[in-house]
Amino acid sequence: MRVELRNLSKRWGNVVGVDNISLEVKDGEFVAFLGPSGCGKTTTLLMIAGIYKPTSGEILFDGRVVNHVPPKDRNIGMVFQSYALYPHMTVFDNIAYPLKLQKLPKEEIRERVQRVADMMGIGHLLDRKPGQLSGGQQQRVALGRALVKNPKLLLFDEPLSNLDARLRLTMRGEIKRRQMELGITSIYVTHDQVEAMTMADRIAVIKDGKLQAYDTPEELYERPRTLFIASFIGNPPMNLIRGVEVVRENGTYWTQCPAFRVPVPPERGEKVAGQGEIIMGIRPEDITLAAEEDGQGVVGEVYVVEPLGRDDLISVQLLGDVYVHFLADPHLKLRPGMKITMHFDTSKVQFFDPESERSLLWG
Amino acid sequence: MAVWVETEQVDGIGQRLRNAVAYILLAVSIIPILVGYAWLLIATFSYRTEGLLPKDPQGNIGGWTLANWQFVTDPLIWRVTFNSLVIALGMVVGVGFASSLAGYALSRMNFAGRKGFLSMTLVLHAFPSVTLLISIFFVLQAISALPGVGKVFGYNTVGGVALVMVSLDLPLGIWLMKGFFDNISWDMERAALIDGASRFRVWWEIIMPQIRPGLAALAIFTFLTGWSAYLIPATFTIGTKVSNLPVYINYLMGETSLTNWNQVAAVGLFQMIPILVFFFFTQEKLLNIYSGGTKGGV
Repeated sequence: MRVELRNLSKRWGNVVGVDNISLEVKDGEFVAFLGPSGCGKTTTLLMIAGIYKPTSGEILFDGRVVNHVPPKDRNIGMVFQSYALYPHMTVFDNIAYPLKLQKLPKEEIRERVQRVADMMGIGHLLDRKPGQLSGGQQQRVALGRALVKNPKLLLFDEPLSNLDARLRLTMRGEIKRRQMELGITSIYVTHDQVEAMTMADRIAVIKDGKLQAYDTPEELYERPRTLFIASFIGNPPMNLIRGVEVVRENGTYWTQCPAFRVPVPPERGEKVAGQGEIIMGIRPEDITLAAEEDGQGVVGEVYVVEPLGRDDLISVQLLGDVYVHFLADPHLKLRPGMKITMHFDTSKVQFFDPESERSLLWG
Repeated sequence: MAVWVETEQVDGIGQRLRNAVAYILLAVSIIPILVGYAWLLIATFSYRTEGLLPKDPQGNIGGWTLANWQFVTDPLIWRVTFNSLVIALGMVVGVGFASSLAGYALSRMNFAGRKGFLSMTLVLHAFPSVTLLISIFFVLQAISALPGVGKVFGYNTVGGVALVMVSLDLPLGIWLMKGFFDNISWDMERAALIDGASRFRVWWEIIMPQIRPGLAALAIFTFLTGWSAYLIPATFTIGTKVSNLPVYINYLMGETSLTNWNQVAAVGLFQMIPILVFFFFTQEKLLNIYSGGTKGGV
């Protein structure tokens, strides 16, 4: 099913929850709504579900305005963060509930519930109550209940937030896989950019009720259009260095600040040269420990070392209280206080206007 | 509670002393109640009492008798008991039904005048019902004049008394139920709406089962209120034909003849029996409610 939001807004008195959001979800697409908590992404989802009524704007399913269609007639399945299972009903009754309300024959209900439960790997738990299940099993029941009525649209409201890290990884893959197999249009609300990046075909970045960007994960990662997107997408987050100037000297572009002076590729440098003090963004993976001193290295002192297992996350203090993070091989045994020289790979460097916080490269 | 847990781990003489003091204080403070019950029990089975001592007509200790219980052979006692039961059960049903609907609406729905209604309900709960007696009298008179309904809910009927009692108890019931509904997650309700349930089915099939402990608490409390109600039944029923047990007890202490206190005690104990049985079977549930109801479903 194709979903379209047109100038969708939700206000409670003077409080603006969702501010003029327009976007389209293609048939079979997996879209993530990504943003910090309280940004309006869940409100948007609940409007699509029909729980909240939009203050203004339109919601279209396959080109038909559904603003006044009650939730039960929208043919959607929804999975909640709290799972929202009915605690007084068995797993079977939980999954069967949407079908019972459709007044389907008992035999068909039993068959469909069994099929969905088997698919979700909970076929042996049908007689249990939700309280007797683990978090992951409850999540599967919730997903089964959403899938059993063959919905045209699946809505997820932070479904993995209550699971432990390992299970989250498993369920992430499983949801993605089911969605692909069944080809159901899906909207997935999350504040976890890793979830959004790994699962979604396209990501809608929302902040303060406004749509910041709506693009593929690659596009958001490679060409962030605002400072917010740059800082929100990517883990560990992009290093943002304020008060940087880009100048042209002898045909080479240099980005410089009190802490360092490094060359920039001309196709990026020419767009921002001579614009005064701007914000430079460089991802941790584009910073490496310099093999030898070539005059273009960035010197700093190791401030904190956080072992992540495969890598160490190193915080480095540069001149003038500038801090950057990068990932280093644990075997290098970097320790706080060590003086190091780093190499900045500026081929993917980003630049932002400090006033408008918009990208100077892609804005 | 927290203090208890903390001190429990300190095992010393100081701790034992403090426990002893606590128990002594508790024991002393319940002595008047215990003596009251003891007197009630002794008095019902004796000719007369002096203090806690049963005495026979000659003034010797003894004089055990079942004479005070002769009232159970009087059809009148069963009639007023039945009336008490009707009032109490009527209240359980009426208050339970109305406040679970009203409480749900107040907890979940947004409508004009919601805030005003809530504060109004609170004010009404605090309102002393004695001041309403005269106006309620006129209301009941008006209901009596109605055809059909007047016979059941009018003045001098058990139904009328139950109706008044229900409405006086509703503010508390509505607030209690609203509180229980407030504790149920919105997500569960949203899930049911998306699953295809109507608002009424959500209320009945999904939400009501969650607040069963709360509903049970409300039922128990309203039953006790109705069972021991005196003011309203005494005011709005004339003669003993339709009055309830507490009013009957008062009638036994009438002005015309010398009061047989031992018989009054017997009827009092008789009235207590269902309550004792009731508590015996529901005390676990009641304790559950006092410790905060259910958490996290199941």
